[in-house]
Amino acid sequence: MTALNRAGWRPEMNVAGGADDNVTFTGNRALMLEEPLIFEIGGTGTTGVDFDEAAPAADLGSLARTAPIGLPGLSEAETVRHYTRLSRQNYAIDLGLFPLGSCTMKHNPRLNEKVARMPGFADVHPLQPQETVQGAYAVIHELAEWLVTLTGMHSVAMSPKAGAHGELCGILCIKAALEARGEDRRVILVPESAHGTNPATAAFAGFTVEDIPATDEGRVNLEALKARLGPDVAGVMITNPNTCGLFERDMKAISDAVHAAGGYVYCDGANFNAIVGRVRPGDLGVDAMHINLHKTFSTPHGGGGPGSGPVVLSEALAPFAPLPFVTKRGQAFRLIEEESAGEDHPETFGRMTAFHGQMGMFTRALAYILSHGADGLKQVAEDAVLNANYVLRSLTDVLDAPFAASGPCMHEALFSDKGLAEGFSTLDIAKGLIDEGYHPMTVYFPLVVHGAMLVEPTETESKAVLDQFIGALRSIALRAKNGDPALKTAPHFAPRARLDETLAARKPVLAWED
Amino acid sequence: MRYLPLTTDDRAAMLATIGASSIDELFVDVPAAARLDGPIAGLPMQASELAVERHMAALSRGNRAAGEGPFFLGAGAYRHHVPASVDHLIQRGEFLTAYTPYQPEIAQGTLQMLFEFQSQVARLLGTDVANASMYDGSTACWEAIVMARRVTKRAKALLSTGLHPHYRSVARTMAKYTGDVLVDGDPVLEAGTDWAALAASIDKETSCVVVQYPDILGRIDDMTTLAEACQAAGALLIAVVTEPVALGLIKSPGEMGADIVVGEGQSLGVGLQFGGPYVGLFACKTKYVRQMPGRLCGETVDANGKRGFVLTLSTREQHIRREKATSNICTNSGLCALAFSIHMTLLGEAGLRQLAAINHGRAKAAAAELAKIPGVSVLNDSFFNEFTLLLPTAARPVVHKLAEKDILGGVSLGRLYPDNAGLANGLVVAVTETVTKPDIAAFAAALKEVLA
Repeated sequence: MTALNRAGWRPEMNVAGGADDNVTFTGNRALMLEEPLIFEIGGTGTTGVDFDEAAPAADLGSLARTAPIGLPGLSEAETVRHYTRLSRQNYAIDLGLFPLGSCTMKHNPRLNEKVARMPGFADVHPLQPQETVQGAYAVIHELAEWLVTLTGMHSVAMSPKAGAHGELCGILCIKAALEARGEDRRVILVPESAHGTNPATAAFAGFTVEDIPATDEGRVNLEALKARLGPDVAGVMITNPNTCGLFERDMKAISDAVHAAGGYVYCDGANFNAIVGRVRPGDLGVDAMHINLHKTFSTPHGGGGPGSGPVVLSEALAPFAPLPFVTKRGQAFRLIEEESAGEDHPETFGRMTAFHGQMGMFTRALAYILSHGADGLKQVAEDAVLNANYVLRSLTDVLDAPFAASGPCMHEALFSDKGLAEGFSTLDIAKGLIDEGYHPMTVYFPLVVHGAMLVEPTETESKAVLDQFIGALRSIALRAKNGDPALKTAPHFAPRARLDETLAARKPVLAWED
Repeated sequence: MRYLPLTTDDRAAMLATIGASSIDELFVDVPAAARLDGPIAGLPMQASELAVERHMAALSRGNRAAGEGPFFLGAGAYRHHVPASVDHLIQRGEFLTAYTPYQPEIAQGTLQMLFEFQSQVARLLGTDVANASMYDGSTACWEAIVMARRVTKRAKALLSTGLHPHYRSVARTMAKYTGDVLVDGDPVLEAGTDWAALAASIDKETSCVVVQYPDILGRIDDMTTLAEACQAAGALLIAVVTEPVALGLIKSPGEMGADIVVGEGQSLGVGLQFGGPYVGLFACKTKYVRQMPGRLCGETVDANGKRGFVLTLSTREQHIRREKATSNICTNSGLCALAFSIHMTLLGEAGLRQLAAINHGRAKAAAAELAKIPGVSVLNDSFFNEFTLLLPTAARPVVHKLAEKDILGGVSLGRLYPDNAGLANGLVVAVTETVTKPDIAAFAAALKEVLA
């Protein structure tokens, strides 16, 4: 433990803690508990697992692993304590408002966890004979039908593992469709306000990425887009509602123009939560859209995944969807894989991942969707949009909202750093919010707004929670406008003060060294 | 609806603050033609927790769970016992309901866990560094191939015929669009690997050689000579590990000179889950770290000098580099990485070695028992916990007949390679610590009966 608190109070110091009452021997502060690395507390001979038998002798000759591996073990008691202590250094939705724009941090119902752990879902192998996994195929099929109906699209590819993987799926469908037409279109148009995954995906698939200009009100500039369309443009990737929190009013006209020019429309569905049950992307001319089940349909974010990114497809792109997928014939479900694709799905662009996608997320998402039903999902969109507009309109007197005049926002409210005192930034506001007991909003995204702050409260927050958050953000905004120096060093009450990211990148320490 | 806290009064008060007369007014920018008035037709309305649980339980009963009887499937997903504390800990709300640690001051739990995970993975695979996880083994594999192209500025990848056919299929899909040239093929039913032939076919265009260890038929081999051949030709050796428990018993690919080691981490902590979510492992030599895909967690200090952890080297990533990023990956597999890491911490080196030895011993016992059946032989000279049986008849129908007897008796090569008649009689059998001696006896008896 001494390594954690070299500056701690020691008996030889006489005066308790010297000048600072915060100094303790251990470095702990009551419930704020420091925790060493497993490499500092574990031993390679220690284990928290008992076995029924001794290790039998193996005769693997020169392939035997004889050198030490260096993997520390802990007893079960120590393991539970280690990870419980670590968990307490995290902020989470379970603790409070987590208004991370574009990430849709909503309540994660525990029914979904219970369902995912039913042995018939959790303890099933992906390559079991098809007759032994009809229930699993039924889940995939039922969820697929919901997603298709909710989006008004033709079909859905279920296997993509997360949003960005879904983007890749959609873009490869477009590429395959163009190849089938014998056309070599190389350009994908992406607005500057797009998520970084959009240009990264298009580039990964071999496309050249060009910007779509925006209007002053924060939407795609339809006329400029039309002017750029031509025989070299494969398609567009548009986020709707967009990352400025606005609905793309001209979406149908955009789709029509792109289609008329021979291209396809990819819609980034990260923000589907704003319109689920109220608007069907299929009615707006979209050809492909991924749905982040971990956003709109509340599968837990898990500290950075797993996600799940099914992609709904238009009739034009459906023939190119990846393998495998589930079909229903009579009462029986059947998996279409490489061998059966020839007869049933000859134009597929291929396989994107081993096995069938994120089954553990499908069960959770289906339980979530069934809980809400068509009426509940519509209410989700309405409350999400209402909450965001409430935050937006309650703060425009203290924070600059660059698109406040562009109409109602959708499910997220966007502010800029305009008007803060000299030397104060969006980062300071974010760190101030940490001290107030909130996870900060998304900061410095979208790139089109200076010092952007993107607040997405989601529908699972009450008015009382929002009122307190608005009060907290208001007070921090005023401190930033008045140049309160204490804000520059926030957070003061978190497990750590601001961390030196430059040092981390300049001298990377990425693994424990003995 | 039980998840929605706003009351009708709240909604009215909030609309008044906003200055809107109705919710519909907030959707004014949606073109009238696309605006839906009521709930979408043809879908059920909201349901109670009890009703949903009942529905889902009925669906789950439509599956034969692995634990309900003898079970011998592997081929890229393995059934191991996961200690109860793993699932308890990953359900701590502070892990389960957090997201990517964008604000490190209040995400040290996730970040420290990731640092520990990266360190464990690097040591297990025998490399210098590992990232904070990928989606799964198959996507990690093609990301490695693409990374080898960036490092070597060459585009020809030689895939061992022992690579999992799904991994190969994913790589082929991607290669169609990225311009990589793949040299690949189906395995041949021989006791040995094709690694010597691969070493001989490396040329000046070769970016990488991709081998699986243990491979799809369960074979294990020394990759030292192949690594040397790669190095001599300026190509990278990529090793794929789909059963990481094996590395408690057999040498790691890193020790034998592999440049990039990727893997499927599902075996530890994650469970079968019908194929996902799993956790991709991605590790390499330090000199290639700036070409790696995915998130990396690094150590640093805070403003008070205390040790802490942050996401780092993010100039490789899509949110900074956009179209110039090393990969488009964003969300990865954080919670599964946590499960992997907790299970590995519970095992420790001693536990991992014992677990691996038990797996190997159990598999040897099963192989010996099954090989006694007339007409049945074991292909492999060497294996860890999975081997290929050669049956006197096509294995695929045999698997179905075994299932009728409630025995899930492995993965037929006919399922994995439906177009290759030469492989039809192969059956890949995995035997982990969850398999009992009576399970083996029941399998052997049923197989004998089916083949009779």
